[in-house]
Amino acid sequence: MTALLEPTRNADSQEFWDAMQQEKLLLQECGDCGALDFMPRHMCPVCWSPNRKWREASGEGTVHSFSIVRRASSPAFASRVPYVVVLIDLAEGPRMPSALVGDDALSVTIGDPVRMTFEARGEEKLAVFELAK
Amino acid sequence: MPEGTLRNSVAIVGVGESDIGKVPGMTGLGLNAQAAMRALEETGLKPSDIDGLLTAYSFTEPYFMLGSVMCEYLGIKPRFNASVIVGGGSPAVMLKHAAEAIAMGQAETVLICAGENRATGTSRDEAVAALLAVGHPYYEQPYGFSIPAFYAMIAQRYMHKYGLSREDLAHVPAVTRANALLHPNAHMKKPITPEDVLASKPIADPLHMLDCCLISDAGGAMIVTSPERAKDLKGQPIYLHGIGEHHTHEHLMCAPSLTEFGAKESSRIAYDMAGLGPQDMDFAELYDCFSIVPVLEFEELGLGKEGEGIAHWTSGAANVGGALPINTHGGMLSHAHAGAAGGLFGIVEAVRQLRGGLGARQVEGAEVGIVHNEGGILSSHCTLILGREPR
Repeated sequence: MTALLEPTRNADSQEFWDAMQQEKLLLQECGDCGALDFMPRHMCPVCWSPNRKWREASGEGTVHSFSIVRRASSPAFASRVPYVVVLIDLAEGPRMPSALVGDDALSVTIGDPVRMTFEARGEEKLAVFELAK
Repeated sequence: MPEGTLRNSVAIVGVGESDIGKVPGMTGLGLNAQAAMRALEETGLKPSDIDGLLTAYSFTEPYFMLGSVMCEYLGIKPRFNASVIVGGGSPAVMLKHAAEAIAMGQAETVLICAGENRATGTSRDEAVAALLAVGHPYYEQPYGFSIPAFYAMIAQRYMHKYGLSREDLAHVPAVTRANALLHPNAHMKKPITPEDVLASKPIADPLHMLDCCLISDAGGAMIVTSPERAKDLKGQPIYLHGIGEHHTHEHLMCAPSLTEFGAKESSRIAYDMAGLGPQDMDFAELYDCFSIVPVLEFEELGLGKEGEGIAHWTSGAANVGGALPINTHGGMLSHAHAGAAGGLFGIVEAVRQLRGGLGARQVEGAEVGIVHNEGGILSSHCTLILGREPR
C-alpha cells in the first residue's frame, strides 16, 4: 500500500509545519496591511509587503463546504472510503482545506462548527477537524 | 470600435476531430496530427502555409516542450510557437493568443491543437494519479482531495445557496447525452436518463459517475487566419467577434468564492468586444467537466438568472431544438474528454453550427454562438463569441 502523504517542508512552509508538530496551526498576518492568510508565502498577496508575522489560530471554525469521497483520490486513501474532505472557514477568517474525522463525520452539513485535532502521518502530524458537539 | 479589440481580427477556417473513444492505434501526438490533417483539409492550405502553432499539455506522454514537439512531429517550422497551460481553459486562450499574433502581423495562419490518448495510452489509475496533481501538493493532496471532490464541494455549496436538488442536477448529463446521440463521432452512443445518473456509482457526494466527464482518446484542431486570407480559402470562415479571459486562482483553497467565479468577467470582456449580449446568442458550448459546471457558467455568462440555471436543462431548453441549446455535440460528459481537447471541441462544434448543414443536430438559423472554457477548479476562464458574418 502506498503511504499517506506526510508534510513537505520548503522555504515558505518550514515554520508552518514545524509548529504543526507542536499541535499549533499558524496563519500569516501582514505586518503592513493586516491581511490574514492561510497559504504560507514570503510576501503579502494583498499589498505585496514582505513584512510577515506568524499568528496562531484557535483551531475553531465552520464547514464552508465538504464532499464525502466514495472513490479514493489515490490507492493510499482506498482503505479510508468513504471519507470527508472539507473547506473550513477558520474563526480568524482564512479558509483552509482539510479532512473531517470522527465517527459522526459523515453526518456533516454546511455551517457545522468544527474544532481542530491532529492525525499521525509517519513521524509527523497533520491538522484535521472534527465536528464540535 | 475600441482600440486593441480582437473583433474580426481572425476567422476560423478549418476544424478537425481525430477518431474518438478508444483509439489504440494512435499516440497522443498522432491524435493531434490526425485532427490537424482534417482541419487543414477543410482549408485547402498546405502544411507549409502554417506559420504558427499553439498547443497545450499532455498527461500521457512525457514531452516537456510540447509545442516544439508537435511542430517536429508535423514537420513544420513556424515563426510563432508555444505550449499554453491554463488547464481546460487553454484552447480558448490559445485562440486569443493566435488572434493577437495575427492581428499584430506576427503570424498569418496558426494551427491550434490539443489532445491526448487518455483512454488507452495510460492505465486508468495512472491517469487519475496524474490528475491528482491538480490539487495543491502540500496543502490539499495530503487530505485525499480528488478532482471530483473539488467540484463536488462547489456543487454542495451551490445546492446549499440556491436549494438545487441532486435530482435536478441529474438532468444535465441526460440532456447532454441526448445531444451527443446526434453527433456521429461522439464517444458515448447510448441514451441515459436522470435516473441512470442517480443510479451510477457514487464518486464524491453529490457527484456520481455520470456527472463526471469521460476519459477518451481524442485530439482536436483548428486553423486560424486573418479575415483577408480567409476569403481565398476553401472552407467557410467563421469570425471571432469577442474574446476575454479572467484568472482568479489555481487551487480551490485560494478561490475567492465557491459560488462566484471568473466566467462573469471573462464573458463581460467578450460581450463588450463583440458589442453583443447574452440575448443575442443562438447556442452555447460550455465547459462541462462535471454536471454542475455548465449550470454555473450558464448563469455567469448571463444566459439565465443566478440560482435558476438548472431549469434550462430540466425544461428541455438546453436540448438541440430548445430555446438555447447547450453543448450540441455532447460536451465532455458525452462527446469526448482528453485533456485540453475537451474545451477545443466546444469551439469546433460552434464553428460547425455556424456553418450549418448538421441535419438533426443543427441549431436552426444559428448566426452567433458563445463558447466558454475553464481550467483548474474554475480557476482560469476564457469566453469567446463566434459568428457567421464579420461584424
